[in-house]
Amino acid sequence: MTASPTDLATLRQKLLVLYAANSSPDTEVVAWSLYDGTSDQTYEAAGEAVPPYATVLDAMRDGWRVIKYPDLRPPSPGQEYDLSYLEFEFVLEKLESIDGKR
Amino acid sequence: MASGNGTSPDLRLTSRDMARFVRDGFLRFDGLVPRDLCAAAMDEIESGRHLRDRGQGGAQFRDIWADPGSALGQAFRLPRVAAIIHSLVGPDPRYDHHAAHLTPAHTRKGANLHQDAEYDVRRNHFDIQISFFPEDTPAESGGTLFLPGSQFRRVYESTTRRYQDVLGQVQAVCDAGTMFFWHTNVWHAARSNQTDRDRYMFKLRLNPTVRQQRLWNTADLDDPDTRTDVAKILSQMIPWHGQRHRIEVMNRIRLWRYLAGDPDFDVALWWTRIENTPDIVYRTQLA
Repeated sequence: MTASPTDLATLRQKLLVLYAANSSPDTEVVAWSLYDGTSDQTYEAAGEAVPPYATVLDAMRDGWRVIKYPDLRPPSPGQEYDLSYLEFEFVLEKLESIDGKR
Repeated sequence: MASGNGTSPDLRLTSRDMARFVRDGFLRFDGLVPRDLCAAAMDEIESGRHLRDRGQGGAQFRDIWADPGSALGQAFRLPRVAAIIHSLVGPDPRYDHHAAHLTPAHTRKGANLHQDAEYDVRRNHFDIQISFFPEDTPAESGGTLFLPGSQFRRVYESTTRRYQDVLGQVQAVCDAGTMFFWHTNVWHAARSNQTDRDRYMFKLRLNPTVRQQRLWNTADLDDPDTRTDVAKILSQMIPWHGQRHRIEVMNRIRLWRYLAGDPDFDVALWWTRIENTPDIVYRTQLA
């Protein structure tokens, strides 16, 4: 079934950003963020102890579409022991209609 | 502070405490400051007395709030508090700055996880910050959130704010008189205050003026059980580290070697095996 232009105009994006413990989507989620384009609310970093999904794959099975897959980069010579940002960042989206929500 | 000379108890940190600091980047102590002193400190903070005198960075800490009547001076010079400071930055630290961080009632903070100083590229030396909670701080008042094990992660200040929640994060939910002592590179964030009361967190930053080596109570350092426990603590997995756990452990070992003055200390041969680059030519190779 094809969505009509009117239907498309009501679609908004939700982004779920999941940080995995390793590079594959079936490894456990260790950090997470949510940005909801379907509402006026800002997600409150809530100090939650449990991620919304145990793995990226679980989120995919619940309808989230992966739109960014993390690159793998070898350590730069001399920087093998350096640590920085969370590395395995998967960005997922859902498109939802805002009909009746606003 | 206690001398450790046998005439009074040594109140400094133990080797196990220090290993936890190296692993997590901070230590929490509940009930360090009595409630009446907390109340007096709150009066000083709310009167603005200690908000104005911020121009003394670089002074010796012993000269800050030296008035015996200063409640904040009394709080930070309590024997146990002084002993913990000594353990981390030595006997006569330098005052860097302080701030009475106010989060007014019904203040929304959003995500603001950050590290204070990406420009601090020192590998072993470090400053400490002390977060003093002078009032009861329930979860809904949004006490400071700390991310254990983030002190070795070099990032540009607030660019970590895209991480809204991280597995294992620890929010300060505590009674009045609690202090957190933390490595200044630990990622942290204030949280929203959803209560009807303003919330204060009084922060003090101190710099070492001596080599940060064996400043804690090291009487237990050569005890085999202690060494076993230190190795276990330094090896412990922090779940959000994921695949990078091994490199985190190697950073911990490197810092422990410096702090303990023990360049050969190791856990599970992590450094020993890669430092093993034999140059001796075996005799038969020459035959």
